[in-house]
Amino acid sequence: MRTYQVARPVVRWPKVLIHICLIVGAVLMMYPVVWMLSASFKPENAIFSDPGLLPKQFTFQNYVSGWTALATPLGFGTFFWNSFLVSVGAVIGNVISCSMAAYAFARLKLKFRPLWFAIMLGTVMLPYHAIVVPQYILFKSVGWINTFLPLIVPKFLATDAFFIFLMIQFMRSLPRELDEAAKMDGCGPIRLFWRVILPLTTPALVTTAIFTFIWTWSDFFSQLIFLNTLQIYTLPVALRTFLDSTGTSSYGGLFAMSILSLLPIFGFFLAFQRLLTEGISTTGMKG
Amino acid sequence: MSTTQVQAGQVGANKKLQVEKRKLPLGVRENLIGYLFLLPWFLGLFTLTIGPMLGSLYLSFTRYDLLSAPQWIGLQNFIAMFSDIRFLDALRVTAIYVVLSVPLKLAVALLVALALNKGLRGLGIYRAVYYVPSLLGGSVAIAILWRQIFGQNGIVNQGLALLGIHGLSSWVADPNTSVYTLIILAAWQFGSPMLIFLAGLKQIPGEMYEAAGIDGAGPFSKFLQITLPLLTPIIFFNLVLQMIGAFQAFTPAFIVSSGSGGPYDSTLFYTLYIYQQGFGYFHMGYASAMAWVLLMIIALFTAVAFTSSRFWVFYQDER
Repeated sequence: MRTYQVARPVVRWPKVLIHICLIVGAVLMMYPVVWMLSASFKPENAIFSDPGLLPKQFTFQNYVSGWTALATPLGFGTFFWNSFLVSVGAVIGNVISCSMAAYAFARLKLKFRPLWFAIMLGTVMLPYHAIVVPQYILFKSVGWINTFLPLIVPKFLATDAFFIFLMIQFMRSLPRELDEAAKMDGCGPIRLFWRVILPLTTPALVTTAIFTFIWTWSDFFSQLIFLNTLQIYTLPVALRTFLDSTGTSSYGGLFAMSILSLLPIFGFFLAFQRLLTEGISTTGMKG
Repeated sequence: MSTTQVQAGQVGANKKLQVEKRKLPLGVRENLIGYLFLLPWFLGLFTLTIGPMLGSLYLSFTRYDLLSAPQWIGLQNFIAMFSDIRFLDALRVTAIYVVLSVPLKLAVALLVALALNKGLRGLGIYRAVYYVPSLLGGSVAIAILWRQIFGQNGIVNQGLALLGIHGLSSWVADPNTSVYTLIILAAWQFGSPMLIFLAGLKQIPGEMYEAAGIDGAGPFSKFLQITLPLLTPIIFFNLVLQMIGAFQAFTPAFIVSSGSGGPYDSTLFYTLYIYQQGFGYFHMGYASAMAWVLLMIIALFTAVAFTSSRFWVFYQDER
């Protein structure tokens, strides 16, 4: 009893301290992004002279000038649309191809399964840079450079092995009795996949879809390599061109478009916050 | 039975299917369906992964500019690397980046996870706020922001001016400091290893701490004797994952230096140099050789991590 009475205040005080530290840390973490948001609403000449987070003079001018900064008919709308197409294509591809592969690995009879499984895991760790040159040559020889195909088609061929692994883990946790019961009802492996396994794997499919979207949306390297004309630029490549064309002279429009480009990621985060943070804790997501 | 026949399992073909079912032993049939489901993956594996890997291995022994046919030059690309000052710069910069950013990121992640594991109120909010940078951090937008933060009139210098330190130049334009701004950017994205640590901490049974408390262990020795050993598998997992990721970092260095890797190659990440050689100068052979060296380096580091894990990663007996 006595130990409790002594221990209590000692335990309580650090908790307040921890809260203070965590809040200070959180403010420091978020400050740069909040600052950019605020700067995007400041007049160009006030971005560096007005240090406050609430703009003294509030303007939408940066959004107007930024939107039309690069010469495309729809302004930045073109790049948003392109990024959207690529990301949605990648999501559809990954969800279909990775779930098929995962089902084979997790549930079907497969000769040499340990071998294929080991190869699959090996490709998770394979750096993209090790294969990008021949991939470029391959896509160039079939005339796919300057199209979205090099960014979308590989996803339909389950090249993001990480998501296969994630789905395998999930499917393995589903009870085996399901398969037996389905088999008794005369349900073949294809219908078992479509009617039983796939619906039950929904959480893993949603996690895959969200991360594929976010990672494709902000992926820069492959989009930089495969897209060479302004009309089919995606957002990251367009932002880079914008940065190079304005240099350090006009940050307002650049910040405004940067903020807009982050909005979808932020939206996904707000909508699926729990699923994302918990999905990572349980599966060990990279990133 | 062939794959097309499986797909054609409509009403009309049903009878035929039943006959075929009897013909083929169940094991073979199941294997066929298994491989049918793996077909897209196999296509991708051979055409987009293994094929290109062998392709880049071949190209690494050639001189190839995309215009004329590859010309076999033996080991010349690999020999040239050792006298290529920029290649050595890239190695050095990448080494600094990996060696500093990974431990820093993991240390911060572990520290915050430990603080969050105290059963605090508002855990969900903290977790969310600390995780967001992990989602945003890889984007071009954030790299643009970083370039400004550490620029001459950036937030950092403004903050230092408030503390009375004036007249500092840009941190990204100074070759002595530029790579450290990128290390800070990496550390800023500690959210996902933090979440993995947090999940690991929750697995440690509370009775262990209670038992240690009865034995008179203080919080510090509890951490050293219980938390840290039980967390080593997760530290290992995070270490390997972050290390592989750090070797492949590209976007921030590209944006901060406008693709040049400057000033004076101080942000010339290995991948950025591959990009310059392959897609700037179209030295496809040299770029392929560099890519294979990177692959070897990553494989070597991963192997070292796995071998050393025997000595410091602690697995509980129950598992």
